[in-house]
Amino acid sequence: MAAVKTTSEVALNRLAIVAVLIVTIIFLAPIYWIASTAFKPRNLATTIPPTVLFEPEIAPFVKLMVRRSQLREPPTAEEYAAAPWWERIVLDDGEKIVRSGRGEVQMSAYPDRFMNSIIIAISSTVLAVGMGTLTAYGFSRFKVAGEQDWLFFILSTRMLPPVVVAIPMFLMYRWFGLNDTHIGLIILYTAFNLSFSVWLMKGFIDEIPREYEEAALVDGYTRLQAFFKVVLPEAATGIAATAVFCFIIAWNEYAFALIMTNRRAQTAPPFIPSQVGSGLPDWTVIAAGTFLFLLPVAIFTFLLRNHLLRGMSFGAIRK
Amino acid sequence: MATEVITRLDPQSRAAARGWSDLTIRNLFIIPTILFLIIFNIFPLLYSLGYSFTDFRASTNAPANFVGLANYRALLNDPFIWTNFAITAKYVVVSVTGQVVVGFGVAMLLNRAIPFKGLLTTLLLLPMMLSMAVVGLFWKLLYDPSFGIINYALGLGRFEWLSNPDMALYAVAITDIWMWSPFVMLLSLAGLSAVPKHLYEAAAIDRAGPFYTFFRITLPLVAPILMIAIIFRTMEAFKTFDLAYILTSQPTTELISIRLYKMAFQEWQTGMSSALAYIMLIMVVAITNIYVKYLNKVKER
Repeated sequence: MAAVKTTSEVALNRLAIVAVLIVTIIFLAPIYWIASTAFKPRNLATTIPPTVLFEPEIAPFVKLMVRRSQLREPPTAEEYAAAPWWERIVLDDGEKIVRSGRGEVQMSAYPDRFMNSIIIAISSTVLAVGMGTLTAYGFSRFKVAGEQDWLFFILSTRMLPPVVVAIPMFLMYRWFGLNDTHIGLIILYTAFNLSFSVWLMKGFIDEIPREYEEAALVDGYTRLQAFFKVVLPEAATGIAATAVFCFIIAWNEYAFALIMTNRRAQTAPPFIPSQVGSGLPDWTVIAAGTFLFLLPVAIFTFLLRNHLLRGMSFGAIRK
Repeated sequence: MATEVITRLDPQSRAAARGWSDLTIRNLFIIPTILFLIIFNIFPLLYSLGYSFTDFRASTNAPANFVGLANYRALLNDPFIWTNFAITAKYVVVSVTGQVVVGFGVAMLLNRAIPFKGLLTTLLLLPMMLSMAVVGLFWKLLYDPSFGIINYALGLGRFEWLSNPDMALYAVAITDIWMWSPFVMLLSLAGLSAVPKHLYEAAAIDRAGPFYTFFRITLPLVAPILMIAIIFRTMEAFKTFDLAYILTSQPTTELISIRLYKMAFQEWQTGMSSALAYIMLIMVVAITNIYVKYLNKVKER
């Protein structure tokens, strides 16, 4: 800050560094705890004092993926010896893997719900970012009567509490047979993210100089060609940031998924909590489900961290 | 309505001469989005406005009877609803204050020459990238009185966080503060980095103390963006559903969204709950308006 650094300034800076590190550790502790519990043997998940050092296991993930039922009698030595390693994990816990008539291992509902999350989040992101980019370009480059009012209308669609919109949407969806369908949730999340996408993309497209397209038009491109070949590549950063945003919102949405789906199209956020039940929950399995669910977002955030910082400040730090 | 979008464009323009005209492109790019948002936002709102004047129940096939303002009257006279609103107000104040204090504090710390600043900022953003539902579920384990890590780390013994009616709302707020302080931090950081350095240099030459510098330079210049963060967080906190719904089921944590959810999808009082939804909506709009007015005042200074 000041041109000359005094000793007290240096000491203050050191103090700030230590404080930031402590805050970061506190903020990351719960996430670390989820991740580590996902690799714990069941008996170590709920010990006091908490177990920090342990041999990581993938047992929770095996148990997460297969359907299991309680064993009535302990397994015989032969049964145990004949079982593959992943079945032994379950046998050790007094459970057996449920098989279909043909002896196939039955999967739990988790992989299905996870796939639903992927399908719905990706589709709605593509739609919201696609439509949002076009609309943002329209508003950015052409004269629109009452432009500010339209933009405000678009933003205002996000102000409604989801539970408020949920009642009429539920009735509408029931009428059209869209309840518990992938399409239904995709449409909802697209509508949800569209306003956001228009606003973010408008900020990014406004920053691209108009001269670029004008030069392309002079070169004999049509307006559409100029848009696709000149503007879109320039807007790539913005599109990436917007896409991450929309994906995170759609991926994590809970209230609508809880109300509008029950089996076929249910996503993971309402599903994971429903597995806790009333008895003694197996926290390692829940942690494994949670961990897998966090993974895509964590990777995304990390890969696109620089774009994300720009996108999230809503143009407040326009350079 | 969408036809109002049409404006005058030079039909002789070079682009209009080949391929689609600018006008066509503009309409094709904008109108679908506007229509989509009208269908999925305005239409449902009108639909539920209609239902709010009836005794409709979505669980039966009985036709809806018009009851006029009876639903609104019943709700506004129901002391339980006001309890829900009071709980919500308390929750909003506690969690937004917490987020502003923590978020702005961390931003002040990060606004110095700190090694690995980018990495630390990104790591600190992680909580807000997660699903509130899944976070809520997991904090249940962290809060567990007998084997939760929070009690162990703080040496609290068998302290009850979630089953103690007096504590449960604060427990939900703490989780919310953990999740959303990073959001306030990010916006504050953006604001702080935009404060011109020469102001600090001038203050240093005048031998201004740190308090003077903070209250006369830093805070006024960051205030508008901090205000935006507060608006966003207040709106979101007012709407909170997932976190509280999953963490506990205490009567003291029944936020207005949870009451609305139960009324609409467990008791199936569709007409009544539509009316409550409208009361909520009016409140959100009113709060947002007050904030925006205040924001404009802050900006003018």
